[in-house]
Amino acid sequence: MSKDHIDEVSGVETTGHEWDGIRELNNPLPRWWVWTFYATIVWSIGYTIAYPAWPLISTATTGVLGYSSRQDVRTELNAAEAAKGDYVAAVASKDVAEVLADEQLRQFAVAAGSAAFKVNCVQCHGSGAQGSAGYPNLNDDEWLWGGSIEQIYQTIAHGIRFAGDDETRFSEMPAFDYLEGEQITDAANYVVSLSGGSADAAAAERGQTVYAENCAACHGDDGKGMADLGAPDLTDAIWLYGSTVADIASQMRAPKHGVMPGWGERLGDVTVKELAVYVHSLGGGE
Amino acid sequence: MLNTSEVERHEAEAVNSAKVRQPLYAARKKIFPKRASGQFRRFKWLVMLVTLGIYYLTPWLRWDRGPHAPDQAVLIDLANRRFYFFFIEIWPQEFIFVAGLLVMAGVGLFLITSTVGRAWCGYTCPQTVWVDLFLVVERWVEGDRNARMKLDKADWSAGKIAKRVAKHAIWLVIAVATGGAWIFYFADAPGLLVDFARGEAAPVAYITVAILTATTYVFGGLMREQVCTYMCPWPRIQAAMLDENSLTVTYNDWRGEPRTRGAKKAAAAGQTVGDCVDCNACVAVCPMGIDIRDGQQLECITCALCIDACDAVMDKIGKERGLISYATLDEYNANMALATVGGTAPIDPRRVRDDSGGLSDKVRHFRLRQLFRPRTFVYFGMWALIGVVLLYALFSRDRLEVNVLHDRNPQFVTLADGSIRNGYTVKLLNMIPEPRVVFLSLDGLPGATMTANGIDQPEGRSMVIPVEPDRLRTLKIFVRQPQDLIDGTTQRFRFIAEDKASFESDAYTATFNAPEAR
Ligand code: SF4
Ligand code: SF4
Repeated sequence: MSKDHIDEVSGVETTGHEWDGIRELNNPLPRWWVWTFYATIVWSIGYTIAYPAWPLISTATTGVLGYSSRQDVRTELNAAEAAKGDYVAAVASKDVAEVLADEQLRQFAVAAGSAAFKVNCVQCHGSGAQGSAGYPNLNDDEWLWGGSIEQIYQTIAHGIRFAGDDETRFSEMPAFDYLEGEQITDAANYVVSLSGGSADAAAAERGQTVYAENCAACHGDDGKGMADLGAPDLTDAIWLYGSTVADIASQMRAPKHGVMPGWGERLGDVTVKELAVYVHSLGGGE
Repeated sequence: MLNTSEVERHEAEAVNSAKVRQPLYAARKKIFPKRASGQFRRFKWLVMLVTLGIYYLTPWLRWDRGPHAPDQAVLIDLANRRFYFFFIEIWPQEFIFVAGLLVMAGVGLFLITSTVGRAWCGYTCPQTVWVDLFLVVERWVEGDRNARMKLDKADWSAGKIAKRVAKHAIWLVIAVATGGAWIFYFADAPGLLVDFARGEAAPVAYITVAILTATTYVFGGLMREQVCTYMCPWPRIQAAMLDENSLTVTYNDWRGEPRTRGAKKAAAAGQTVGDCVDCNACVAVCPMGIDIRDGQQLECITCALCIDACDAVMDKIGKERGLISYATLDEYNANMALATVGGTAPIDPRRVRDDSGGLSDKVRHFRLRQLFRPRTFVYFGMWALIGVVLLYALFSRDRLEVNVLHDRNPQFVTLADGSIRNGYTVKLLNMIPEPRVVFLSLDGLPGATMTANGIDQPEGRSMVIPVEPDRLRTLKIFVRQPQDLIDGTTQRFRFIAEDKASFESDAYTATFNAPEAR
């Protein structure tokens, strides 16, 4: 198309470009538009001087306003920390049962405890606190060392069988290797029958005496266990190391014991309280 | 009969009168719109009064919602995420209503444009209304068109400076009031006004007022028609809504041409004389600074002021009004064909006149049925349908809601007695500004019972939960079912939330997971 095409209707020169017979009039751009364009360029230069922009060899200009997004984050984190201040102070000054009883503090502690749990506890207890073989499920209502808020708090603060803390609670199930193999299977059958599992009735019958002589001291005559000794309830549906006769027999011959670290020193008292309230809120707390 | 001597002639040239060779950039040509008067101008004053009134006064209307909600009739409460509109309260998840209204506004704009052209632009667009308001000020301070042109050309003097300062000062006051009115929609107006005056309002309030003051002043005072011509997308889109049955402001050259100054002499000399006396009154009043006689054009906002101007001229020279009129392309083409014998001859207005000199019966006029055509039916149908659906949705919506999130990790927990427990995050939404007591119960899931953290009520199939006015309450709820009643790995049941006082209720169907039976 020649550059000199004149549009018939308007009498204006076109740009010479054509798309399917449609041509573009070569009308002038408004001058203010051009000035606006220049203004944005000037603005952008000012912007790159005021804010971090120009790349240097290994860094970049910092800008005369000294702005930094890291500083922004830091300010926001500090503000968030400060906003929590009152709650943290209240949690620090009250004992854990009081924190649980106060609805506002409870909600705060559950949120904070949940965050701390995800960093420190999920490695063993799982992200949903559901545990796995050898690592207790914290959602249920069976507690080896007690499920009241104080007991949970104590367990978290000082751990279980944790060499690094003098106040840790310690108990180990002995290995009943002096018993005959037959006696062990009998006792195991009896224990399975306590929780309504499928056991050999005759063996269970025989095992009752073995149980009474060897196991009842810790687990109780009725098999209900003893939280102070960490001796589990044998009559319920929850089994840390398995619920079959073979699982139980193996635990009698060569018992496994978990170790729970004490977190009191490492995380501080406030976080431990928050964790205790969070764990208590998972549904099994007593 | 033709008395053209008393028609004032204006020195006026359209801003867009084209030269073949044009510069790359062009400075804005100043426009000094003359004051028009007539039926359209009167109507526009009325529209201006109503629209400005709505804008400035709405935030000050009160509406009693009781002690637990604000009493401002129209309030966008961003901090609490609530929108109040008289008797309607909207929560963020109900934004669909606002979206629906916006869609209706869009389709409504199509409907209006397809029937009466750019009526939105010409009458109600804020740009037009505020420019009109700013022009009122300009005329009041500096005088009408000729006085303003003279002042503009005059050298700087104390008088000129005084007038200019006065004009811009009043504009700024209007601009501040405009920006100021905006923020009252977002907070309690009387309280905010006091805070604002004392310098105690939130920084965002001052920033908003500053920005809107600047845009009002610049767009309404300085840029005016430039906004419509170069910045607004609507002039580009509107062409798609117009067809040959749409009313637009039209210069009826089939009766106006050949335009003639000194018509009497020319007529005596036997020349063909059109009705247009070439007085340029239509150009002088045009706020866009264009000449409607060049035909329908992008710049024209159809404000109809040129109709008023020309009607006044026609009255003076004793001709029928409507040389410039609202006309459709359809009637224009028919009349043009009449005047040019189907395009075979130059325009001769005598062909559209009868023997007595009046307009002939053959001249076509706008017929009402041109409003009713498939396009307008489709637009109106869409508009009405959305409206009806929105109304239905509005009057049948829940003001009490229960939403449930099933815990996924863990899905279920086996308890000591062998029963299975599932955890749920239950959200109760009390969407009225009154406190209420929600009766939450389980429906289905035989033998199941529930407990909630922080609610000290005995384990059972229901519990009573107070919820604050206009608030959402989140509860952690545990549902447990005895082992022997568990019926499969996935059972469905419902959480039912009831307000026993108002008989409102809502239900949520949730699932209950259990391990496979061993
Ligand atoms: S169209 Fe009407 S107002 Fe415009 S120049 Fe002609 S007579 Fe005057
Ligand atoms: S041409 Fe007429 S209708 Fe169009 S903007 Fe100008 S005065 Fe208004």
